Amino acid sequence: MSAQRPLSPEARSILKAGISRRAVLAGAGGVGAAGLLAACGGGGGDSATAENSVRWGNWPLYLDFDEESKTYPTLEKFKTQTGIDAQYFEDYNDNDEFFGKVQAQLKLGEDIGYDVVTPTDWMAARWIRLGYTQKFDLANIPNHVNILDSLKSPSYDPMRESTLTWQGIMAGFGWNTAKNPKGIHTLDELFAPQNKGKIVVLTEMRDTIGVILLSQGVDITKVTEDQFMNAVDFMAKKIADGWIRGVKGNEYAEDLTSGDAAAVIGWSGDMFILASENEGKFDFAIPESGGTISGDNLLIPSTATPAGKANGEKLINYYYDPVVAAEVAAYVNYVCPVKGAQAEMEKIAPELATSEYIFPTEKMASRLHVFRSLTPDEETKWAEAFQQAQGN
Amino acid sequence: MSITVPKVRVPYLLLFPGFAFLFTFFILPIVNLAQTSTQSPIAGGDTGQYEQRFAFSNYVNAFLENREQFARSFVYATLATVFALAIAYPLAYAIAFKSGKFKNILLVLVVAPFFTSFLLRTIAWKQILGEEGFLVPTLRNLHLLGQQTTITSTSIAVVAGMTYNFLPFMTLPLYASLERIDPRTIEASGDLYANGLTTFRRVTVPLSLPGVVAGTLLTFIPAAGDYVNAAILGSPNTKMIGNVIESRYFKIVDYPTAAALSFTLMAAILILVTLYIRKAGTEELV
Repeated sequence: MSAQRPLSPEARSILKAGISRRAVLAGAGGVGAAGLLAACGGGGGDSATAENSVRWGNWPLYLDFDEESKTYPTLEKFKTQTGIDAQYFEDYNDNDEFFGKVQAQLKLGEDIGYDVVTPTDWMAARWIRLGYTQKFDLANIPNHVNILDSLKSPSYDPMRESTLTWQGIMAGFGWNTAKNPKGIHTLDELFAPQNKGKIVVLTEMRDTIGVILLSQGVDITKVTEDQFMNAVDFMAKKIADGWIRGVKGNEYAEDLTSGDAAAVIGWSGDMFILASENEGKFDFAIPESGGTISGDNLLIPSTATPAGKANGEKLINYYYDPVVAAEVAAYVNYVCPVKGAQAEMEKIAPELATSEYIFPTEKMASRLHVFRSLTPDEETKWAEAFQQAQGN
Repeated sequence: MSITVPKVRVPYLLLFPGFAFLFTFFILPIVNLAQTSTQSPIAGGDTGQYEQRFAFSNYVNAFLENREQFARSFVYATLATVFALAIAYPLAYAIAFKSGKFKNILLVLVVAPFFTSFLLRTIAWKQILGEEGFLVPTLRNLHLLGQQTTITSTSIAVVAGMTYNFLPFMTLPLYASLERIDPRTIEASGDLYANGLTTFRRVTVPLSLPGVVAGTLLTFIPAAGDYVNAAILGSPNTKMIGNVIESRYFKIVDYPTAAALSFTLMAAILILVTLYIRKAGTEELV
């Protein structure tokens, strides 16, 4: 997708191809509400797993969904192929909230209601550090070799012994094309007068502050505390001066469609879906100074039973089959981590196979940066500064 | 009274389920919260790991860092309570004295919002007050609102949402106490040559005071701790103490500060409410 064009060719082709998607508005509204409720809700499956079932907690709008039958086609195929009763829960709304919800049980070794969960890199790192994961039996996941070379050895799991990437997420600028006809490619363009009071940025600290830091010329793979705090101050000032209207999770999509937001720091996949559902109204680009990339990871909690673990591994293996991975990517539009999926995509949606946002080219990849991992002390201190900047 | 029922044990037995429930779901969590509030991070521990160090300074730090949000919570809650009272009193008065055969329908309408979820109602307000709702474009066309001015993400939206959401809690106790007023007292006032206004001021209002006290408490207390309205309708500049507690607990994973803030909020509400009840001088709450 060229950042300069008002509507990406992929977005247009999606409309033509008629791949079914859920209404973004309904989805986003639900997400907001669910996020607030997450504090109170239990969620996940009840009691421990039966012998032939697996319970998977994942983020909303993150698996191919068939509007007519109200089912997840690839998941249904998995069930028929393996006879495993795969239960899918879209209740992973926020890394911190989910962690807060299950931490006590993980500590006590009690069932958390999931056999597979999907935390983001830095949170997956925390789970591994705290011993809340189980190592894969790679014999059950022969497809693990399909992971992209660039994702093969993250610092928190260098051998990929207990995590595999579900999807990669890019963060950059999204905008309303009527309000920003020339698009947004720099931080100055984001904070242009027409967007005053109508800017929403992400609650995900590493994405929002990451994009700001990159625009200040900071290397986020090596960011220091002073540089970080400086970027937080920048955000705090933009909030105090009334430029930034809100700091939100997935709900920013709802603000864009309702007209309450004109420009955002947002996620590639969400913006892609928004663009395709509101032809010409929204677009997305990786900032000139670079964007962030992170991954959500499939992992098996320490509390899963042996049967739950084995079934979870089969599930992970299934989604690392390039054919299946291509089907998922065609729906979610995030970065696909599976080798060979691009070739499969050509067969089902050739227009998407050339999308840099699903299959980044080397040139694109060079503009994307990973936020460095933080020590526990930094994690607390930096999160505190980021929260205080947003009035919390 | 017949003394055939065996002894003093009966009342205790009857009270047992209630006490057991309160003990399990109120006393124990409160004790746990109190313990958490004085913990400190374990040296070299991971995010979210704390140990008991009786760090009472947590309270001071938590309060000093969040004075602004505390103040805002009480200002918003007071405003919402006053507005709710201003709307609910005439409403309850009309239902109690003037509604005739429509009384039951009107009462159902007051309670009707409870049939849908609190969250959905608040999200609906976001649509109503939003850019593409009915209100904002209309006000703009009438030049009552600037082209760049918005209503959502302001304190107006938060207070409006709170007023709306807690209105039934104000209306019902007011109705209950107005309904109970003996019409003969009002007639007597007339017999003593009081006009309508004087009767209202000297007879109706004092007799409805228990309802006013109950209604204001039922509105003010949850409103002061509310975070949903500020989260959905507000902006970073309208955060309340509830939002801070949520963020401390879930985002920063700083349980001790979250617990200390909760206790401080509880204490502050308790003090304010005690002063208020003393001042209002009513012992009977509905």
